[in-house]
Amino acid sequence: MSHISPTIWQFLVKWLTNFALFPPEASKIAPQMDALFFFMVLVSLIGLTAVVLLVVSFSILYSKKRHPVAVQIEGSTLLEATWTIIPLGLFMVMFVWGALIYFRVYTPPANAMNIYVVGKQWMWKAEHPGGQHEINSLHVPVGHAVQLTLISEDVFHSFSIPAFRVKREAIPGRYTTVWFEATTPGTYHLFCTQYCGTEHSHMIGDVVVLSEEDYRKWLASSTSGNSLAQNGERLFASLSCAACHNARPDARGPSLANVYGSRLALSTGGTVIADDAYLRESILNPSQHITQGYAPIMPTYQGQVSEEGVIALVEYIRHLDSDYRVQQTTNTTDLLPESEGKAAPAAQAPARNGTVKP
Amino acid sequence: MNNNNNTIVDLPDQATARIPQPNFISKENGLMSWLLTGDHKRIAILYLISITFFFFIGGALAGLIRLELLTPQADLMATDTYNKVFTMHGIIMIFLFLVPSVPATLGNFLIPMMIGAKDLALPKVNLLSWYLYMAGGILALYAMMTGGVDTGWTFTTPLSTHYVNTNVITTGFAIFVAGFSSIFTGLNFIVTIHKMRAPGMTWFRLPLFVWAHYAASILMVLGTPVLAIAIVLVMLERAFGIGVFDPAKGGDPLLFQHLFWFYSHPAVYIMILPGMGVISEVISTFSRKRVFGYTAVAFSSVAIAVFGFFVWAHHMFIMGISNYAVLVFSLLTMLVAVPSAIKIFNWAFTLYKGSITFETPMLYAFGFMGLFTIGGMTGVFLGASGTDIHLTETYFIVAHFHFVMVGGMLMAFLAGIHFWWPKITGRMYPEKISQLAAVVTFIGFNLTFFPQFILGVLGMPRRYASYPPEFQVLNVFSTAGATILGVGYLLPVLYLIWSLKYGAIAGNNPWQATGLEWQTQSPPLTENFTVMPVMDHEAYDYEWLESQKTKEVASAG
Repeated sequence: MSHISPTIWQFLVKWLTNFALFPPEASKIAPQMDALFFFMVLVSLIGLTAVVLLVVSFSILYSKKRHPVAVQIEGSTLLEATWTIIPLGLFMVMFVWGALIYFRVYTPPANAMNIYVVGKQWMWKAEHPGGQHEINSLHVPVGHAVQLTLISEDVFHSFSIPAFRVKREAIPGRYTTVWFEATTPGTYHLFCTQYCGTEHSHMIGDVVVLSEEDYRKWLASSTSGNSLAQNGERLFASLSCAACHNARPDARGPSLANVYGSRLALSTGGTVIADDAYLRESILNPSQHITQGYAPIMPTYQGQVSEEGVIALVEYIRHLDSDYRVQQTTNTTDLLPESEGKAAPAAQAPARNGTVKP
Repeated sequence: MNNNNNTIVDLPDQATARIPQPNFISKENGLMSWLLTGDHKRIAILYLISITFFFFIGGALAGLIRLELLTPQADLMATDTYNKVFTMHGIIMIFLFLVPSVPATLGNFLIPMMIGAKDLALPKVNLLSWYLYMAGGILALYAMMTGGVDTGWTFTTPLSTHYVNTNVITTGFAIFVAGFSSIFTGLNFIVTIHKMRAPGMTWFRLPLFVWAHYAASILMVLGTPVLAIAIVLVMLERAFGIGVFDPAKGGDPLLFQHLFWFYSHPAVYIMILPGMGVISEVISTFSRKRVFGYTAVAFSSVAIAVFGFFVWAHHMFIMGISNYAVLVFSLLTMLVAVPSAIKIFNWAFTLYKGSITFETPMLYAFGFMGLFTIGGMTGVFLGASGTDIHLTETYFIVAHFHFVMVGGMLMAFLAGIHFWWPKITGRMYPEKISQLAAVVTFIGFNLTFFPQFILGVLGMPRRYASYPPEFQVLNVFSTAGATILGVGYLLPVLYLIWSLKYGAIAGNNPWQATGLEWQTQSPPLTENFTVMPVMDHEAYDYEWLESQKTKEVASAG
């Protein structure tokens, strides 16, 4: 190698060793998806080999040189049935197998920990239930089911973690979910895969999978002191939601305690399950979602609450299991909540948190 | 009869042969005689020149994309510029090259001749469709020159309606106009094939090229208006904020995806079906055999057209549409793969007991079969909902549709151009160098796009101007391949132009092919035939062709 300059040599070595052919398998679903992937690769190789073998061998056997006069053949129903039914059968296997994996990727287990992710041009913002907030990175524990609830503030984005084999579009105006269970600690790529404008290729980040212990340390070191639900509570107070949703006998709005996950009767006659999407919609677009027995008087909060604010509110309502706290908030609303230490620690004024747009 | 064992080419004696006069090219002279022509053959040539022009613009943009991706950083151009470049590459290649490529050139030229007609049913509409195409094309170029557009060719809302400040409306309007060109072409083909077949030319005596175009025409006529609607809605939303796609106004951004893909998935079949028609003709001619299972191949075209309309939501598996909708669309996607598999095996078995020669069109056709098989199979990876999650929106999908569109359609287009070049111009292209070009294209193509499958599996997202450094090696391979591919595409332009003056005189039927278009002079008369042909035999009847020749020899004494 004496004739290759060391600089070029180093460059080549670095270049060729830093070279991947297959992504790491770092989630529970990854090996399952790869099994189907390699089955498909195998079928494709067999199919391609069959086509190439047929073309090459017929080209040799029946070239004009060897076979000067063609024998006319109309066709063969049997052969055609064969190459209709065998591919169809294989495709059906792939369809069923693929659908099983698809349902697994998008059906989170009941005990999954939920992290909210907001996509915006051009960053990913993650809101952990403990109030941890990160941008363009996502810390998750190994061996725990983690559900992501995604939404976009502006255009379509897509949250992709190739090492986990999962991906989900973040769409403006609606929540989408995906879940995974990381199996190997490490740092993995996070990409936005839906073209989203100028800095699309910079909307990338890291997914950091931590061991239980490291994860606990990270949680402790990254928290702002308030959980996401507490942030929501503060916002709930500052928007004076409790002025109506206070569960008093004369309340103008329905009580929100234990409302999450329950079936609500609407004034239009239908019923609806109060999930994240419904709660979000009834904050931003209340006149479309009137619970039976109440007047359509709630103003829209569109443009007043950011997506993160809505997420905090939803998280608060999700955890609201009694009206006691709400009524406390009602009282404190009258006395300016910021000065009342319980709902909002003095050190953390709501405005600083950025959940309310001025 | 030609007794050379390596070729079926049978040319007239070059010492005495002349290009027959008059023909459709020499009949009238002057620019206006071309710009105001109603002759389907002249319009086909107008199209051929214009789509080649747009192809090389689109190709130059592809070259810029590959150059940028040579290094992991966005260093050749700003990301905004890169976004405009890939957007324009997509728009030009899809709307201004692939959609009109085979139908508007070869289809226009050949369908009337293949069915024994003098022209298309609506010659003026045919000319109008070329003008619409040019208007759309020039408007698109104007939009590119005056600032470009950076929405991606998919115009995804709300990015296109609210978040970019580039020439979305101009470009959208350009596509809207070019779309009508496609609708008119499709309409013209449908009417012509229904109404203008020569006596004896029954549906099941039509060349498979005509069947494929018929299926593609149905897609053009029924699908393109939906694209037009989607684009008009984007323009209205952008200009007046009507809110159809805006969730803040009660609209639904996913609705745009439904409308757009309702056209744009069938558009894939608009692009590939005519190419499949070319392959059927070429494989039959160069193996001297009727296409194996004619009816199966004919109906598989129709099946692709019908199923093609019911698979659009497979572009949206990860977008939060209902899981059960995903099941249905995944299943239908699997079904649409079957007719393509049928075609591939029928073509392979057409070779069985044939008498095969390997002229350039046949080499391109073989290239098509290999690359389309890969393109089709990788489509199944994306149609299966589970693997789609990982592979969609990455370079896997880029590689997949380039295998189908470039490996499939462009190979078929080149096969067709070489195959019918003697009919169109009256002269042969040079065989050796064109065989070389076919091989160079095949190698360059694989080197360009195969590494992109691996990049996609690794997770490299599409439409990225910069990427993590571990993806560089594969990107360098891809760019190197694109260079070779570029040479493969430039060669035909050079030698085909050369052949216009220096190519050997082809005579009526250099390939000994059976289609009616070969039973008349090359280049044909403006009226195509001196007497109205009567179809008294089946399609691809090589024995009939032999008996015709014996008859001629006998009568000439």
